[in-house]
Amino acid sequence: MASATSNPYTDDVSLLIVLMDTNPYFWGAMNGAAAFSQFLNQVLPFLNSILLLNQLNQLVVIATGVNSCDYLYDSSRVGHESEKRSTKGIPGHSLEILQKLEDFIAKDQQLSNSDEAPGKICSLLSGSLSLALCYIQRILRTGPVHPQPRILCLQASPDGSEQYVAIMNAIFSAQRSMVPIDSCVVGSEDSAFLQQASYITGGVYQKPQHLDGLFQCLSMVFATDLHSRRFLKLPTPTGVDFRASCFCHKEPIGMGYVCSVCLSIFCKYHTKCSTCGPTKQVPPRGYSFSFTYGMAKWSRLCLRPFKFFLRCLVCGFPRRGMDLRIFVPPHTISLRVTSNLCSAKI
Amino acid sequence: MEPPVVTMRAKYKASGPKDPGVAGVLTMRDDSFIFRPNDPSSSVKLDVSFRCIKGHKFSKEGSKQALLNLTQDKGGGYMFEFANFKDRDVCRDLVGRVLGRLQCLPPSDQSAQVVPAQPTTQHDNQLSMAEMEQRMNLLREDSELQKLHRQLVIGGVLTETEFWATRKNLLDDAAHKASKQRAGFKSAMLADVRPLTDGRTNKVTFSLTPEIIHQIFAEKPAVHQAFLKFVPSKMSERDFWTKYCRAEYLHRTKNSVAAAAEAAEDEELAVFLKHDDILASEARRKIRRVDPTVDMAADLGDDYSHLPGHGILRDGSKESVDSESELPKRTLLQDLNRHAAVVLEGRTLDVELGDTRTVAEALARSKQAEVATETSDETENQKRLERVSQMTEIEDLQAPRSLPYAPLCIKDPREYFDSQRANAFKATGDTGSGVNKDCCHLSTKQAYESLRAQILEVKSVGFKDPIVIPDLALKVLNDVNQQLSSTDPQLGKNPQATVLDMLPHRTKEELLQHWTSIQELLRHFWSSYPLTTTFLHAKVNRVKDAMAQIYRKLPEVKESVQSEFRHQVSLLVKPMLQVLDEAFKHYDAEMQKRSTKTMSKVGMTGLGVFYTRTGGYYTVKYEVLP
Repeated sequence: MASATSNPYTDDVSLLIVLMDTNPYFWGAMNGAAAFSQFLNQVLPFLNSILLLNQLNQLVVIATGVNSCDYLYDSSRVGHESEKRSTKGIPGHSLEILQKLEDFIAKDQQLSNSDEAPGKICSLLSGSLSLALCYIQRILRTGPVHPQPRILCLQASPDGSEQYVAIMNAIFSAQRSMVPIDSCVVGSEDSAFLQQASYITGGVYQKPQHLDGLFQCLSMVFATDLHSRRFLKLPTPTGVDFRASCFCHKEPIGMGYVCSVCLSIFCKYHTKCSTCGPTKQVPPRGYSFSFTYGMAKWSRLCLRPFKFFLRCLVCGFPRRGMDLRIFVPPHTISLRVTSNLCSAKI
Repeated sequence: MEPPVVTMRAKYKASGPKDPGVAGVLTMRDDSFIFRPNDPSSSVKLDVSFRCIKGHKFSKEGSKQALLNLTQDKGGGYMFEFANFKDRDVCRDLVGRVLGRLQCLPPSDQSAQVVPAQPTTQHDNQLSMAEMEQRMNLLREDSELQKLHRQLVIGGVLTETEFWATRKNLLDDAAHKASKQRAGFKSAMLADVRPLTDGRTNKVTFSLTPEIIHQIFAEKPAVHQAFLKFVPSKMSERDFWTKYCRAEYLHRTKNSVAAAAEAAEDEELAVFLKHDDILASEARRKIRRVDPTVDMAADLGDDYSHLPGHGILRDGSKESVDSESELPKRTLLQDLNRHAAVVLEGRTLDVELGDTRTVAEALARSKQAEVATETSDETENQKRLERVSQMTEIEDLQAPRSLPYAPLCIKDPREYFDSQRANAFKATGDTGSGVNKDCCHLSTKQAYESLRAQILEVKSVGFKDPIVIPDLALKVLNDVNQQLSSTDPQLGKNPQATVLDMLPHRTKEELLQHWTSIQELLRHFWSSYPLTTTFLHAKVNRVKDAMAQIYRKLPEVKESVQSEFRHQVSLLVKPMLQVLDEAFKHYDAEMQKRSTKTMSKVGMTGLGVFYTRTGGYYTVKYEVLP
């Protein structure tokens, strides 16, 4: 067992993975032609400051493009060109990031179909989240000695509702690995996915007002490591938009039908679930599900009757949908299904 | 067959045995006895029902008078002297029979007191005592249930059966729990019976209860076997136990010579004094079957009866060199070990401890069943070898065995993961904001070009200096600080803590109590519809009144709370009020429907009215007569 002296990673060493949104449609359309350069002017010094906070801090930058995602920078790789001298006041890391960014954008452009009307302007957040999580998994498997990982999402473009399933899967695996996802949304509207992500994983969600003051906001809120967050008070969201999207149309819905085996949500009644196929098994009891309806305390969510049976959490007795009450306990994201008779026990 | 009526000459002694007594005739019947004196002028006439007689006493055979005393409840009694003991015995037997019969029947006036102090329904007499017990137990254990019960049932809103109708599973659980648990043997060594010695009369009294007897059988299989063999064929149970106790007494005292002498005389006694061979053979058999790898079930030390030189003897002396006597000495340790082993094994019998014979037989049967299910020695050996070979594997040296995961099976991955392009287009179009409108005019090429240009700009120009204008930085700082201070300090701190925990204790209890009663009442309310009988009508009215009461109480709860919690409490109370409102609305609608029906019925007098019955409901058909 590594003793305290031999473990170089103290509590405040962090591994920060930054997901940078490089959606050209969004950045090009922002008011002020130089929006992206302004953005870079704020973010790159912030990344440098992260590396300065602690000698052992590690930094990974991933670009979130429209058609692809890629790693831009990894501070733990030995022998990269950061040793080369800084030019014009830009340190070597940043130069490297910029270079890689240019290459990435060129690649991304090649991947996109030319002369296509810009129908979608959403970045592939799910892809970059997956890349980040894979990197973190690799780090976690190297052994018990590693810095504490967290993810910072710098999101500019709005949510793509078609990525709902993939993003939720990524969020749950982050929750399971206990990796907080911080979100800094520089776009014009709130991102429901990132709100949920930060809420579930225990991260911070912030939507700064001014792009000029982004550096201040980043260094105030997002530079803190996980250990210090226990003593510091960070902004918490006043409300989280918890709406789920249906699996067939990927549209956000408030009420829907749920398959009792795999818990896929549908907006219309289906006799057969498209995810798990037709099955008549009664699932085991005691499952939790990421679907809440507002922040109301113990509100009753009525799902209309469906063909499948669900089991009551308390007595284990299978009942048809009509008899079930679905409780939404406050501050948690789980759906508990009990029969009416047993609901008094909850 | 005893005659139902007994007539004897007897003397009635009113004040005790010294009284010369009034001669007369005593007639005893099934339910009463009558005494008529020979002398018609005497005032002593008795006609007493046996119900007043609680017991009877009689003098022993061989004493001066043959007396029979019929004692009453309050202490008085009727004493009769008979001419001879035979007569007295006949009367005594009759009295005994009658009293026995009377005491078996439950007295009729006691039933009124057994009725529970709760409102009774027509099903009360179908309740068994056991179920009553269970209900009381449940109410005692669960204080919330008790409160609910008190409020609703004793308040007259619901009846017992209705209350318990939905809680059948609770009662079943309780029944299960009650029946499953068995008490084990006591830890104290009951089999080591200590007698009461009476110095004055030189009597040694052993008292054997069924519990002690059960333990003796469990601990000393030789005694058990002897019991089965000898009783009742060779000797009565009482004699058997007398012999056993004598043997124990001899052990206890230092009387080894006397013990040998007695053993020589009485072979049955010798059984109790000898070694317990059965125990020894059991121990040996267990040793043979021991798994050498881990199992500590038995080892050589179990055959302690043959190991010399261990322990302190029962009579306190150290072991003497004299081992000539056949009677081996029992040591304290042996007895303790045996007792401990039996206690840990637990009770194998479920039989009620009453009759010794049945207990012994049941124990013998269970032992036989055990032996029968035990496999033979060879198979045991085989199994043991297999176990040994399994145990010698060293787990560390083996490859890690990972559990098989159920493979993820998605029927149509494309549809699950990917978007449907047309829908996505529509979706973004719907939820599109000003951004969408803005970038429509940019083509792909233009967008990328501008991005690239900006990157180049940063590369060439370098970072701004300063990165952030100080004033702006200060503004951002203040904004964030304000945001932090304005948010609720409790919010988000501890996701597990609920609003209820923050409220004062009394309010929380009240709210929870109201909520459980509302749930219970609603359950009954909604299950009563549609209203078909007057009973349901009455029930619904009662339930509605109770709900109205709670409805009135809820705003009071809100008012009673401090202002900082008032918002939270109102949020909590709102769904309760909503749910009650729904119920009231439904009730009112039903009442209205009913009243319009009756009104229209009344208005239709003079016209023919047909009533037809469809599916359990009455529908009214109106027909206009010409």
